[in-house]
Amino acid sequence: MAAEQLAQYLASGVVVGGIYALIGLGFVIVFGVTRIVNFAQGEFVMLGALGMAALGSQGMMPLAAFAVSVLGVAAVGAVLYRLAVHPLRHAPALAVLILTIGASIAIRGAALIVWGTDPLAVPAFSAGPPIVVAGAVVVRQGLWVLAVAAAAFVALWWFFTRTYAGAAVQACALNPRGARLMGIRVERVALLAWALAGALGATAGAVIAPITYATYDMGLILGLKGFVAAVLGGLVSPPAAIAGGFVLGVVESLAAGLVSSAYKDAVAFVVLVVVCLAQVLGALPWRVVAEET
Amino acid sequence: MTARARGGALAAAAAVVAALPWAVESRYVLGMLVFIALNGLAAIGLSLVMGFAGQVSLGQAAFFAVGAYVSGVLTASCGWNGWAAMVVAVAAGALVAFVVGLPIFRLSGLLLAMGTLAFGIIVYYVLVNWASVTGGPSGLAGIPPLALGGFRFDTDARMLALAWGALLVVIAFTGNVVDSRIGRALRAIHGSEAAAAAVGIDTARLKVGVFALAGAITALGGALYAHYVTFINPSPFGFAYSVELLVMVVLGGVASIWGPVLGAAAVVLLVEGLRAALPLLTAAHGAAEYEIAVFGVLLMAFMIFLPSGLAGLARRAA
Repeated sequence: MAAEQLAQYLASGVVVGGIYALIGLGFVIVFGVTRIVNFAQGEFVMLGALGMAALGSQGMMPLAAFAVSVLGVAAVGAVLYRLAVHPLRHAPALAVLILTIGASIAIRGAALIVWGTDPLAVPAFSAGPPIVVAGAVVVRQGLWVLAVAAAAFVALWWFFTRTYAGAAVQACALNPRGARLMGIRVERVALLAWALAGALGATAGAVIAPITYATYDMGLILGLKGFVAAVLGGLVSPPAAIAGGFVLGVVESLAAGLVSSAYKDAVAFVVLVVVCLAQVLGALPWRVVAEET
Repeated sequence: MTARARGGALAAAAAVVAALPWAVESRYVLGMLVFIALNGLAAIGLSLVMGFAGQVSLGQAAFFAVGAYVSGVLTASCGWNGWAAMVVAVAAGALVAFVVGLPIFRLSGLLLAMGTLAFGIIVYYVLVNWASVTGGPSGLAGIPPLALGGFRFDTDARMLALAWGALLVVIAFTGNVVDSRIGRALRAIHGSEAAAAAVGIDTARLKVGVFALAGAITALGGALYAHYVTFINPSPFGFAYSVELLVMVVLGGVASIWGPVLGAAAVVLLVEGLRAALPLLTAAHGAAEYEIAVFGVLLMAFMIFLPSGLAGLARRAA
């Protein structure tokens, strides 16, 4: 096979991997603090993308539209936590999971009512022809995806390691009871985690929208892929989730190019099952998910 | 419910079902009753997973599709006898659930929701893309109705008897499973998985078993559906139907055998009502999918305010 074809698959895999990594981080942060798998994470992505489209069509500058979308969806995440998840904080995990499924469908339905079913176009952040990198053709927006993802990773790293609030989030993830005894308000940190997850999801949606268009039903599949990325990294480690995102993106792109593009969306599930099986058989050097006790 | 009370309820239900074809003239109402039974079968499968394995399957529609397509392809394309095809379809539902559940249940159950969601999406892609067998997006036509000798289950009234008969048999069967040694083990898992494992219950194996049984029951609903409508295409078996099943179980009440049937009735009536009412409210767009917004809000409201569902409400009132 031609080397440039391979380079092409790798390049598009890395770009989409950046998206999966951003979404996966949202899963990791919420799961770390509240032990909840937030099914609505993909809807944050959709809201970010549709927010960009809606604000852009009002004539807002891309940068301003981006900031408003991300902050708006962060607020949606916080409100969702406070109004729906927080009342169920003592309920079994299954109940909370069903609640987030309900939230996800409600958000999708609301988007359908507001924006309809047609895909909405979002202009690229900067105009111009695609760029050739090491033999692969990359649309300019692809570079924006990677740049924004990298900026988000650095910002998160700085937040977690250099700020008091970030340390509090980590403390709650490690040991909520201990964190509470140290005077950290765990509920407030959980609220912050949900807002962060909303912001990360919206960031992913806003930067991918110029490539994929924005539709009300894009969140389901993207959320699923982000979840697989997070699981690949063990569901609790942000750097591992980022790595998981890029691995999934590249594997999916290679499989779609080399095997069959009709089953592209199946790749994530196959990866999930293979990794689970590998852990059950003890063939995996790291633990993907905690085994049930 | 004690075994005797359940036997009485079953007998009463059977009598009502037997009388319905004479009491109800409208084909529309009879058809709706058939759909309540078929959805009830699928929802009972899901409620077993949720009530006993404590997990949620977001790909339950895929098992309904497996039942419908296996039975449909075997009869329409291979010329099999309908009953034999249905047995194979139910076995296929159990087998697929077993194979899917085996790796997932070994690990954290949190994976099951996403894993089954992905599974459901894959099955949908296969139905659409494997056109040489499934007929692809244009579907599979010419599925014969079931027949006993010369008696064909080809009218709404006859199908009503068959579908509700199957539903009542399944309810009786699952009721017995719940009261058996296996049922006690399952309730122990539900109470405390660690304690159940400590007294020697193989929790992973039992959960996979429940998942397989659920797959079989849901596939039975799917097979009956295929022989009732005689034409199937992929679109009713997508993620939206998995969500509908989840809404049925949550509305009806998870920890109850009649709950899913109650939920199925509520959802079928709700969907019919919404389809009649929504075009009036939202003239601008097609009303095709607006019901998902209502379902989402209902799911959240029930989880927050009425986690035991309609069945729990009925129990409290009684």
